[in-house]
Amino acid sequence: MHINWFKYSSPQTFYPLAGKMIPWFYGLAVLFALAGLYVSFALAPTDFQQGEAYRIIFVHVPAAWMSMFIYIVMAGWAAFGLALNARLSAMMAQALAPTGAMFTFLALVTGSLWGKPMWGTWWVWDARLTSELILLFLYLGFIALQSAIDDPRRSDRAGAVLALVGVVNVPIIYFSVKWWNTLHQGSTISMTAAPKMVTIMLLGMLFMALAFWMYSIAVALVRVRCIILERERSTEWVKNLFGEEK
Amino acid sequence: MNSVWFIVLRRELLLAMRRRSDVATTLFFFLIVSSLFPLGIGPEPAVLSSIAPGVLWVAALLANMLSLTRLFSSDFNDGTLEQMLIAPQPLIVIIIAKIFGHWVVCGLPVILLAPIIGLQYALPNDVLLVLFLSLLLGTPTLSLVGAIGAALTLGVRGSGLLVALLVLPLYIPVLIFGAGAVAASQHGMGAEAHLSLLAASSILSLVLAPIATSTALRIAVE
Repeated sequence: MHINWFKYSSPQTFYPLAGKMIPWFYGLAVLFALAGLYVSFALAPTDFQQGEAYRIIFVHVPAAWMSMFIYIVMAGWAAFGLALNARLSAMMAQALAPTGAMFTFLALVTGSLWGKPMWGTWWVWDARLTSELILLFLYLGFIALQSAIDDPRRSDRAGAVLALVGVVNVPIIYFSVKWWNTLHQGSTISMTAAPKMVTIMLLGMLFMALAFWMYSIAVALVRVRCIILERERSTEWVKNLFGEEK
Repeated sequence: MNSVWFIVLRRELLLAMRRRSDVATTLFFFLIVSSLFPLGIGPEPAVLSSIAPGVLWVAALLANMLSLTRLFSSDFNDGTLEQMLIAPQPLIVIIIAKIFGHWVVCGLPVILLAPIIGLQYALPNDVLLVLFLSLLLGTPTLSLVGAIGAALTLGVRGSGLLVALLVLPLYIPVLIFGAGAVAASQHGMGAEAHLSLLAASSILSLVLAPIATSTALRIAVE
């Protein structure tokens, strides 16, 4: 049996496939979000130390996970695009960047909302907070570079180089910030020594993470469809597509 | 291969000597920025010496970043860069020579001037030596990593500000280790660990950054 592995690597065939997948991922995102919210607000017990305010971690932790994960996935697509000269991979990288930046921002905002009642301050120069902030800068740099270059081929490839340089640097940045933090600040706040989490809390977090995951895929697919249409607007198949629909 | 390296380096230095104002601008920028902080914060020697490591390193970082756009742009505009890309000699050797030339022209003056400005910040002599060494070991990383940013933004509109956005997050480890070395020696701790890390990052970026820069240049010119 012959399978054409590259069938869906062309924008023309991927466009309708993405259109079919989007409702499913949106549906799954809603289902997981409902389950996650139910578990985290109705089933999970109140924390005896932190009270009700701890419940923000059900949004915060999955958002922080996604912010890092999406950067790696984005760099992976960018590397694919650069190495195999695949247009669609570069489009995927471009489509993922705003979602990743949004999750990074969400993690920072929810983190400071959590920090105010817990630590009594909106912001501490903690190693994790600082490296999350730097991650936001990396996302913004990627988006800014891609939008500053008009030629799509050059913007794809330049963005890919930047994403790869960023991925090499992320661990270096993380460890340098961590070291800087331990040198400068006594251990007034310990985030790592959290008490063992109840299974039900972990479950809520897992559901929320899955919901965010499905949402990211759905949104990235919607965005990649827009990018495909924008870039392929002069081709025959896009004209046919809209000629038929009218 | 060696001869290409020396020819490109000689050309870079010669061009810089013919346009001395470019070199002077970077140096004066460093001088002015580091003089603004005492005016803004106040002349108490205790305060000044405690902020000196960070302020001097940030000023050196910004001076380096501002000079980056000059690295490839004139060669790009007059077509020399295209000739370099199609030359039979390896592009990476040419790039390393160009970056080294840029570092000699824009980095070295700042490194030599920094201990004198450190005197204004009431730093003792042994700390001044560490400041000098940390800049000597750390600024090559800045030039090497910055070259990637300069190559990526070549001929792009608003490239000056864009370079800042791309390159400054990547400069953070160097800033931490560089200012950390000076601060450690101020507090009587050894600066060897920080200096070793700065040297390590310079060596690592010497290996990796020219590859990324050459890819970025080919993308920009193609």
